[in-house]
Amino acid sequence: MTRLRPRAEALADPLPPLLARARHLAAGIVLGEHGRRRPGLGDAFWQFRPAQPGDPARAIDWRRSARSDQHFVQEKEWQAAQAVMFWVDRAASMRFASGKGLETKAERAALIALATAILLVNGGERVGLSETEAPPMRGPLQLERIAAALAEPGAPDYGAPHLATLPRHARAVFLSDFLGPLDPVEAALTTAADRGVTGALLQVLDPAEEGFPYGGRTVFQSVGGSVAHETRQAGDLKARYLDRLAERKARLDELARRTGWQYHLHHTGDAPSSALLWLYRALEGRI
Amino acid sequence: MFSLGPIGFSAPWLLLALVALPVLWWLLRAVPPAPIRRVFPGVILLLGLDDKDHETDRTPWWLLLLRLLAVAAMIVGFAGPVLNPEPRVPGSGPLVVLIDDGWAAAPDWPARIEAAERALKTAQAAGRRAAVVLVSQPPRDPGELPLRAAGDAAAALPGLAPRPFAPDHGPMLDWARGLDASAQVETLWLSDGLESPARADLAGVLADLGPLTVLEPPAPRLGLRPARIEGGMVQVTALRSRPAGAQEIAITGLGPDPAGVERALVRATLDFADGASEARAELSLPPELRNRVARFEIEGLRAAGAVTLADDSLRRRKVALIEGGAGREGLELLSPLHYLREALTPTAEVLEGPLADLVATGPDVIILADVATLAPAGAEALQTWVAEGGLLLRFAGPRLAAADAGRGDDDPLLPVRLRAGGRSLGGAMSWGAPRALAPFAEDSPFYGLAIPDDVTVSAQVLAEPGPALAERTIAALADGTPLVTRKALGDGQVVLVHSTANAEWSSLPLSGLFVQMLERLAVSTPAGSPDRGELAGTTWLPERLLDGFGALSDAGDRPGIAGEALTGTPGPELLPGLYRAEARRVAVNVLGPEAVLGAADWPMGITPEWQDAGPERDLSGWLLMAALALLAADILAALALSGRLAHGAGSAAAGLALALVVLTPGETRAQDGIDLATIAAADNVTLAYVRTGNPGIDRVSEAGLAGLSDQIFMRSSVEPSPPAGVDLEADELAVYPLIYWPVTADQPTPSDAAYARLNAYLRAGGMILFDTRDGDIAGFGSGTTAEGARLRSLARPLDIPPLEPVPSDHVLTRAFYLLNDFPGRHAGREIWVEAAPPDAERADGMPFRNLNDGVTPVVIGGNDWAGAWAVDETGQPMLPVGRGYAGERQREMAYRFGVNLVMHVLTGNYKSDQVHVPALLERLGQ
Repeated sequence: MTRLRPRAEALADPLPPLLARARHLAAGIVLGEHGRRRPGLGDAFWQFRPAQPGDPARAIDWRRSARSDQHFVQEKEWQAAQAVMFWVDRAASMRFASGKGLETKAERAALIALATAILLVNGGERVGLSETEAPPMRGPLQLERIAAALAEPGAPDYGAPHLATLPRHARAVFLSDFLGPLDPVEAALTTAADRGVTGALLQVLDPAEEGFPYGGRTVFQSVGGSVAHETRQAGDLKARYLDRLAERKARLDELARRTGWQYHLHHTGDAPSSALLWLYRALEGRI
Repeated sequence: MFSLGPIGFSAPWLLLALVALPVLWWLLRAVPPAPIRRVFPGVILLLGLDDKDHETDRTPWWLLLLRLLAVAAMIVGFAGPVLNPEPRVPGSGPLVVLIDDGWAAAPDWPARIEAAERALKTAQAAGRRAAVVLVSQPPRDPGELPLRAAGDAAAALPGLAPRPFAPDHGPMLDWARGLDASAQVETLWLSDGLESPARADLAGVLADLGPLTVLEPPAPRLGLRPARIEGGMVQVTALRSRPAGAQEIAITGLGPDPAGVERALVRATLDFADGASEARAELSLPPELRNRVARFEIEGLRAAGAVTLADDSLRRRKVALIEGGAGREGLELLSPLHYLREALTPTAEVLEGPLADLVATGPDVIILADVATLAPAGAEALQTWVAEGGLLLRFAGPRLAAADAGRGDDDPLLPVRLRAGGRSLGGAMSWGAPRALAPFAEDSPFYGLAIPDDVTVSAQVLAEPGPALAERTIAALADGTPLVTRKALGDGQVVLVHSTANAEWSSLPLSGLFVQMLERLAVSTPAGSPDRGELAGTTWLPERLLDGFGALSDAGDRPGIAGEALTGTPGPELLPGLYRAEARRVAVNVLGPEAVLGAADWPMGITPEWQDAGPERDLSGWLLMAALALLAADILAALALSGRLAHGAGSAAAGLALALVVLTPGETRAQDGIDLATIAAADNVTLAYVRTGNPGIDRVSEAGLAGLSDQIFMRSSVEPSPPAGVDLEADELAVYPLIYWPVTADQPTPSDAAYARLNAYLRAGGMILFDTRDGDIAGFGSGTTAEGARLRSLARPLDIPPLEPVPSDHVLTRAFYLLNDFPGRHAGREIWVEAAPPDAERADGMPFRNLNDGVTPVVIGGNDWAGAWAVDETGQPMLPVGRGYAGERQREMAYRFGVNLVMHVLTGNYKSDQVHVPALLERLGQ
């Protein structure tokens, strides 16, 4: 009794703040549903068109028609829900923050993913996690589920996209540091492209990973401890490390373009809203 | 000893280790710093990257330097570096250390002793024999050399002290002339730098005997001449031995303040002009202050010559004059006070007025000129004043002769009984000629005064013969009849001059003898220092004496010295200090009013030196400290270099704190004085009981207060801590609002200190509940029980106001509960509290008197309340109270009394405020 409650509280702890922060972040972007930019079933006015034979009489907009001799029919914008699948890298490498004031990459990725999900749910879309079998759904309960899933840390040192559920013609968002092997990423993107799924790659990096501010005799090791590298002069490695990083970014960008995806780089040192804005725009443009 | 410049080393071979420093340099360069482990997800991108430069990242040169410096500091530190090492110049033959031990040597006496000690230690190392000779105590026989092993001679040095006078070098010269010229005596002369007639000759003789080194401080010696009164101002003159440049010194006048504590009363600065050897300051002091100044001294200078004692010459005594018959206008020359006034005004503060007022001003002397009778109140006041040390001087006259005073029985304010009428001599109706004075007897205070021939007495009052008359007579006429009589009264004395204070009966007031006699009686003070003639025939006892450092100490029972000797220069026979004869005091100062300080002059070829470089100082401690500090800095630097400092600012701070702790000398002291129980009691309301030493009673007291605390906790918003037992001798009482004191018959009486603290506690608002626990067998206050008697003796030293049985309107009856009686285990006996003020009035329509003041400091009763309150661990009553339901009711009432008592202590007379009257009235059903 006495120990259960603190444990339960500790377990539940990350969820509300993450949700709250994500909602806060999402609130800054936009509100409302997103039309499909073409006539169809929906609530929002789209256009008036002259009535044609076959249109039911009650479809005629009498107020518009009274101003002229023609009959007009009011068409609504088609508002159909779209599924957006998220893959958020929860591998050990994401649990890294170089400074005290910084949050880890995992936290930042989860935050941006959840905020995007909130925006999408607000916009009437269905959201889901690609690595679970559950179908994409809408509503606050789904957000809770996503938040709970994002709070669970993953085991491997470096993550790879996992596409358990990817409905055809859905949209997908991959958030990772993409520091692991790129082959699984390429495979996942190819699979997605085969199913007609397009989306966005958001690479989340720590400023230290971008700047490599190290020197002296150093043993570098991965967060999980599986990989280690010793150097006597860390400062000498900087240029070559940065080259390799740039090469990796270029490869990702190229992969994305080839499969019709979009690629963006985000640093945990920057404000999350910029990444959210980009991600939202990227999804909006295609949806 | 190996030395480099001003630094010598006691273990110089250790310095060889410095050669190893380059090796250390190479080693430190060769060993790479330990790698840092860093978590870095991007490591996967680093895999396969080789170091271009295979050489390790080197330790930076400044860190290397830091480490080398630390090691070097350690090596040098352990090598025993010494600043200003004494040059160990080996000499041969006996060494004589000649010390000028006059007052002028006192300011730098420790340095002198140290110099002598160093010289003797060197001599000891060289196996030489040595002698320490003090100038004030030359060896008895000329030429005798008290040689000893140098170490033994050095052992006697700490016992030496400067003498409070300037020693004469004459005897030393005689002694030195007798020394064996072939002995090759080496002399170290620690000179005090003052001029002395035989100094140059002595130096010459010693220089002939062997090498002579003179150590003399270059700073001029400073001294003070006695303070004088010049035109109403106190004049203080400082002297210096050498007219050096401008110099400013501060002097302080010290004396007792009104509370009798010695403190600085006046402070002044004296400026020596450039080239001047005298500086003078004139101080304008009010007489009250001036009379209290006991001595002047130069601030910051410990030497007998820098102190000058003030004596009667600086003091103006307060003399009150009272005349017998007032209202004789126009007869100024016949006024009994005229001559007294003339004689006293220059040297004393003269007061006149009604007797009662004058006694109240506390004069030193009261003179009654021909006053026969005093009002009884005045006489009584005067008698008290004399008994406290005053001097009452009475003069006879027609009124005294005619009055009844002193006839028949002893008048305390007259030294002798008087015969009626007196006598007159040399008048028209008498045979005898006016009488001259007989020479003063040896035990008379006037002994030694010359009697002018023309002093005659033509009329006087006569003393009744009696056994005490002879010893009370201090001056007599040629025919033996007493002229001045005296008796002691308490600490003071009463003196009667059997003649008048004017020229009516005697020509004495016209002569200079009159003034001298007044001075001898300490009625007036002499204008300047007493001269030789004046002091002739007197004996002076030293009261307080100066030592060489200028400190005053009690003279003990040193023999008195003749007055003639007092005016001489201070020396071994006449030590400077304060001397007393009768009521007079004379100061003998090191420097007289005409004294001049001169610098010592040395013959050609002898140059005094004084080590400026300072004494030897061991530097190893400082160097080792520096090494430690460098190593601590190295820790921080290494941490910073490896990046660990930036990562853990906390650990860096901890390291720094550790370094500071290590480097901070001194000890950490625990805060003492306040124990934990006191702190806990101060935190919260805590009831206390006095530990009686009887374990059973103490247990009941504690359980009782615990039970009461529980009840108070339950019933009110007061939430007391568990009760505490207090030891009256040791514990702090102020933190307890209420102390329960069970009185036992065999209780030890607290000490005076404990009573003082109890009284302070009661005065500061504490309350003590006395419980004699005998309510079942005795009424309180009967004193019939052992406890009652004990309570009386225990409470006697306590500061307890008048008491009364609790009145029915006392605030205790309504502080929380409305109560009529205050039972404990015993019921119904009255309890006593502080009495209400007598003027407490009961307003119309009010049930209570207006008693808006104070909390009773004590509540005294015998109902054994603690017994009724006591509960055991389970909260069950410990002791039975009464029987059945009535007993439980009584216990409840006891608790209510306890609650009321605590409320009364905590809220004071809050419930006594008339604001509560309506509510209380309603409650009372009135």
